[in-house]
Amino acid sequence: MKNPVYTFEKLKFASFEFTCCEGCQLQLANREASLEAFFSLLDVRTFREISSEKHDDYDIAFVEGSISRSDEIERLLAIRRQAKTLVAFGTCACFGGVNSLKNRFPIKESIAEVYDGLPVETLPVRKISDIVKVDLSIPGCPVAKEEIERIVVNLVTGSLPAMPKYPVCVECKERLNTCLFDLGEICLGPVTRAGCSAVCTSGKTPCLGCRGPAEDSNFPAFMELVKERGLSRRDLQEKLGFYNAFEAYTVHET
Amino acid sequence: MIYRVISKPEFRSFIDALVQANSSFGPRRVDTAANGDPVYQFMPVGSADDIEFDYTTTASSAKHFFLPFSEELSRFCFHERDWEQKISYEAQPVVLIGLRACDISALNILDDVLLKGNYPSPYYLAKRKNTFVIGMDHLPLPGCFCKSLAHHTVSTGFNLFCSDIGEKYYLSINSSKAFNYLKDFQTEEPSYEDNCLLTERRKLISRSFQTEVDVTSLPSILDIEFDSPVWEKWGTKCLNCGTCAMVCPSCYCYSVEERFDIDLKGASRNRKLYSCNLVDFAVVAGGHNFRPKNGDRLKYRYYHQHRGFAENGNQQICVGCNRCGRACLAGINPRDVINDLRMEKDSCMICVSQSPGRT
Repeated sequence: MKNPVYTFEKLKFASFEFTCCEGCQLQLANREASLEAFFSLLDVRTFREISSEKHDDYDIAFVEGSISRSDEIERLLAIRRQAKTLVAFGTCACFGGVNSLKNRFPIKESIAEVYDGLPVETLPVRKISDIVKVDLSIPGCPVAKEEIERIVVNLVTGSLPAMPKYPVCVECKERLNTCLFDLGEICLGPVTRAGCSAVCTSGKTPCLGCRGPAEDSNFPAFMELVKERGLSRRDLQEKLGFYNAFEAYTVHET
Repeated sequence: MIYRVISKPEFRSFIDALVQANSSFGPRRVDTAANGDPVYQFMPVGSADDIEFDYTTTASSAKHFFLPFSEELSRFCFHERDWEQKISYEAQPVVLIGLRACDISALNILDDVLLKGNYPSPYYLAKRKNTFVIGMDHLPLPGCFCKSLAHHTVSTGFNLFCSDIGEKYYLSINSSKAFNYLKDFQTEEPSYEDNCLLTERRKLISRSFQTEVDVTSLPSILDIEFDSPVWEKWGTKCLNCGTCAMVCPSCYCYSVEERFDIDLKGASRNRKLYSCNLVDFAVVAGGHNFRPKNGDRLKYRYYHQHRGFAENGNQQICVGCNRCGRACLAGINPRDVINDLRMEKDSCMICVSQSPGRT
């Protein structure tokens, strides 16, 4: 495709789903105002939510979901062999996501509870980077389409895809929200990567950290804040564990 | 300056007429904090009834009306084998009601930085010129320390300033626009009694401050204490969240990003207010971070706030509103940081700093 000044190649694009709700891929088909322009940047080879055609000659693969079955591992390895760029797409792919809650229970117990004793093959949930090399991670539950548009433009034009390194507080303050800590809640905004336009906190719902840790998050200071305000440690652990995005920070905190 | 007094009911009628005819913003109660305190913000208002005239302070300042959190600075359009740049400085007229003396002082400081330097900002100028500012005095909150910086009163930078003298407002009229608007409403020359009431009101405000911060020779103390362990002490607490700069009435640092439109037929250059406390504020091309430690970043915020930059003649830009102190989840506030630095200086004869000297 061509604009009057530059000529760019479309991305040979494929999108795949593993253990997830497919909601992140649905975001790719959202935002109608710019949908035509968005898909004119992509040569869609495989993407079951928008086309029944299937081709295996893609260069870039968006992978949504976590890995929880052995056949998923095989499929993921095959995608990695084909894709020049593999993108972990959404919170499940980046961190394991809500699915990871399963890992807190013995696997037999989970099967008995969910499938009522039917024989089901299932593994503890793993994020994509536990199995294959990931070239780019785009977190979010769901991902923010505006951010995806920017990143796809970056990929097409060969510039560096960039995400905010700072925490959600910045965007929350831009929207003049009252801090949820001042309303007596625990909010993961101060330690979570921004880029969501503080959508949850603007609706007075505390951040659960779907975008994972901000860069250089000050975790000890955050723990101190929760302690000093006399807020529930259990609530904090629930929130930190919700998307499994703070694994690295919760292990040593028991 | 022209002085008048106006009864409170007549003042409400004046504000009502002004607000109904213009895009207006004033203090509104948006929440009640867990401790029972009301939370106010400058929000759109459609009538005088929407405005909390007796509010305390807003959680966020009025800065973003002049320096938006995000602003498109220019557009680039590609055509044939060329491109053109489009820049627009248009700003819609806005009425801002209820700014405190310190908020207006902050605007005056922004004027110094953004309009009086070598490269005045036309974006800021357009908004500043098109904003009708009505100030209102107030009794200080426990953490307010604007008096320490002599910003608890203000004599310029507004169209109209209202002092609450009980049954009436004592008006300081600072623009012909304000004078003309007020012609349609009943105002009077201040009487001897009104003048006394104003003096009393000012005295009351002045003696109601509970927080004092000794800022004398602070710029030089900051220079001397560049390697003070105080920075690390407070930096360790800092969440790197940038909230202090977002709510601050005078923090103006920003980042600029250029990006293609999704259809690749155009591009935009965007400015976003940033904070020196954010992790990548001092990252340069190639990825090097000049300030990877949060103590260093916090230090530079205090340097900029209390020592100033060459643009504004090395004057302090902090006005003492303590919004940063109130908003900081880690409990970092100018009073405690500055007092710590002063104590550091007082005890410097017996302390041996481990950190290397400034190079």
